[in-house]
Amino acid sequence: MKHTIIAAGLTVVAGAAYAQAPVLTVYTYDSFVSDWGPGPAIEAAFEAQCACDLQFVGAGDGAALLARLRLEGDATQADIVLGLDTNLTAAARETGLFAPHGIAPAGLTLPIAWDDAEFLPFDWGYFAFVHRADLANVPTSFAALAASDLSIVIQDPRSSTPGLGLLMWVQTAHGDNAATMWEGLSDNIVTVTPGWSEAYGLFLEGEADMVLSYTTSPAYHLIAEEDAGYAAAAFDEGHYMQIEVAGMLAGSDQPELARDFLDFMLSPAFQEVIPTTNWMYPAALDPALLPAGFDTLIQPDTSLLVAPDEAAGMRDAALAIWQSALAR
Amino acid sequence: MAALVTLGVLAPLGAVMARADWPPSLGPGDLAAIRFTLVQAALSALVSVVLAIPVARALARRSFRGRGALVTLMGAPFLLPVIVAVLGLLAVFGRAGWLNGALAGIGLGRIDIYGLQGVVLAHVFLNLPLAVRLILQGWQAIPAERIRLATALGFSHRDMRRHFERPLLRAVLPGAALLIFLICTTSFAVALILGGGPRATTVELAIYQAFRFDFDLGRAALLGLIQVAICVMAGAFAFGAIRRQEVGTGLDRPALAWPGDRLLARLADTAAILAAALFLLLPMLAVVLRGMPALPSLPPQVWEAALRSILLALSSTVLAVALALPIALLAARLARPALVEVLAFLTIAVSPLVIGTGLFTLIRPFANPVALALPVTGLVNALVALPFILRALVPAAMAAEATQGRLADALGMAGWARLRHAILPRVIRPLGFGAGLAAAFSMGDLGVIALFSMPGQGTLPLEMYRLMGAYRTDDAQGAAVLLMALTLALFWAFDRGGRFDAATR
Repeated sequence: MKHTIIAAGLTVVAGAAYAQAPVLTVYTYDSFVSDWGPGPAIEAAFEAQCACDLQFVGAGDGAALLARLRLEGDATQADIVLGLDTNLTAAARETGLFAPHGIAPAGLTLPIAWDDAEFLPFDWGYFAFVHRADLANVPTSFAALAASDLSIVIQDPRSSTPGLGLLMWVQTAHGDNAATMWEGLSDNIVTVTPGWSEAYGLFLEGEADMVLSYTTSPAYHLIAEEDAGYAAAAFDEGHYMQIEVAGMLAGSDQPELARDFLDFMLSPAFQEVIPTTNWMYPAALDPALLPAGFDTLIQPDTSLLVAPDEAAGMRDAALAIWQSALAR
Repeated sequence: MAALVTLGVLAPLGAVMARADWPPSLGPGDLAAIRFTLVQAALSALVSVVLAIPVARALARRSFRGRGALVTLMGAPFLLPVIVAVLGLLAVFGRAGWLNGALAGIGLGRIDIYGLQGVVLAHVFLNLPLAVRLILQGWQAIPAERIRLATALGFSHRDMRRHFERPLLRAVLPGAALLIFLICTTSFAVALILGGGPRATTVELAIYQAFRFDFDLGRAALLGLIQVAICVMAGAFAFGAIRRQEVGTGLDRPALAWPGDRLLARLADTAAILAAALFLLLPMLAVVLRGMPALPSLPPQVWEAALRSILLALSSTVLAVALALPIALLAARLARPALVEVLAFLTIAVSPLVIGTGLFTLIRPFANPVALALPVTGLVNALVALPFILRALVPAAMAAEATQGRLADALGMAGWARLRHAILPRVIRPLGFGAGLAAAFSMGDLGVIALFSMPGQGTLPLEMYRLMGAYRTDDAQGAAVLLMALTLALFWAFDRGGRFDAATR
């Protein structure tokens, strides 16, 4: 009799645990989970189809996210990490924490081919200098910018992913001349901020003529504020890309669900949320489905991107060049 | 105290160290970062206290309508989140700021705020209010009877300087300078933005780089240890320079007019108050003007975050006061109270990034740190507020022990009665001030929550940063005004509370 009660009790406990929806934990950067980011809409859309509980955990930005994952190692509770970019994927792969996704992505709309066993892209954008539309003599290259007396605000590559993106941009576009280019730019740089928000804030307050941001930034002002007064400068060298990716963890206790999420990530229900919440290009959405206003943005002729493995090697040298050129 | 510091600072530091490859080493730019950190922090502390002297003296000697409100309002910069303060400063001193607009209007060249001068200007802006308040306390500690005596003896301006002001400044300046120096050593965003680029790399930024750019935990922890060393050395230096203020005993009668007053002194005081008010209030005004239009239409999440922040600030304050009061009372009876305070200072001298990361690794084996984000943030905020409360409280507690404490002992008072009647009435004012600082600090600081965040748990500063990060600059500026108003109100309530309860006044 006693045993039956215990057994019955166990069944109830087990039943309760079973009835509880499985939890999928997604680590991402903070602005993704905020109320103004894509997080809430995506959580609702995925939970409507997965019979699970999608839990976002925010951690700073992409680089902080990777640091957090390295800190936790095998013991991490994350099933998915979403929000690394291609400058970080080599280091992320090296941790050995990620599992192959096993998905053959169809319908990707990136300007480049994608082939990566661990990471799948969810959005992308071009770095660009954003200015007010009434700015005279908008520069068309780094050289023109360096020669002008226009003022710019940039981000520190050590603490910000756009800052690092600019470093890679100058490096890929000007290679051996990167040092000279940075010296030429140094008198245009009003200041360097820790993150994107501070730089953009300073620009909006009129502290500089241009700010390092994305070609999609003017779309925010146009769509959300109905203000057509901002534009991005198209550079002849081409524009460096940022591709944001997600991957599933090898130690996940929900591998099926994690794979379902990655599939969902490339579906319209996820992709349609991206343009007007993350203000980036979705990675797998027919351009005809982009919101009105995105057609007004500049389209760079050349897309620059360093392969993840090379990016990791280039980074430290590029940082040293940047630091010594700007320290003068 | 030692246990608290171990818990809050050394254990997290050790936890980061334990995860690192051995032996840790510094990176190429780190020595330059240490040098720049020390130079800018020393300059900022020096300029802050030197400028604070005439302002504190003027506020101590003059009484005028709105003086209380002015003292509270002038404290605002210290209570603000850094990015709000920076935007306010730039609205006045920036390239497109009011000052340059005015200079251009009269055909003069433009001033450039970016560089070491900008870093010092911003740190003085942020810390001058704290320096003024700490020095003002020194003035207020002089018993009215002494001033009466000085008046009766016909003390001149010079006599007052020699017998009152110099000993008072010897007693309060080193401590105030040390506190500001240490706050400035962990500065990161202000130093970088106003420093104009990588020349202005501080130790804190080097830690950031080590942690998230290179994932070199050993270097991050080593730099954290260097911050500990800076704190201990600066503490030894500053407390070595402190001469106790022999205030003497008084009956806590109301203060009187300052003896030896002259027209020149009156003019100088007026000028000091006006200059300080302009310098501190204009950037605040810029923030308010910019943010007001968005205030009524702020999204509901911002108001929820505000409520969360208020509750967090109140709990942190209760905790901080509960920790600080016994520590201060104990310290006041020690032969070397400075040691206790230097330990407390470690909580502000060591990188919040290192402490947060260390706490994270310490908590993880036992619980989910993300679920504990708010309690951990509250605890860390309380620990960080401790040195501010202690700096305000310890001198007052020592004075109370030296005067009323002795009397109470002679009368055979002990325990609660001794505390209630002899000591508390004399420390309630600095306690209120300290609690106000703690509340405001907890309210306005981004804190470690940024490392542990989860949807629906954001504090007001975090929501403000999130709005900024989502292009919603107008809403962010509105949230900044809300944050400023709430922070000031909390500070005012505690600070004011301290004054009302001073039953003997």
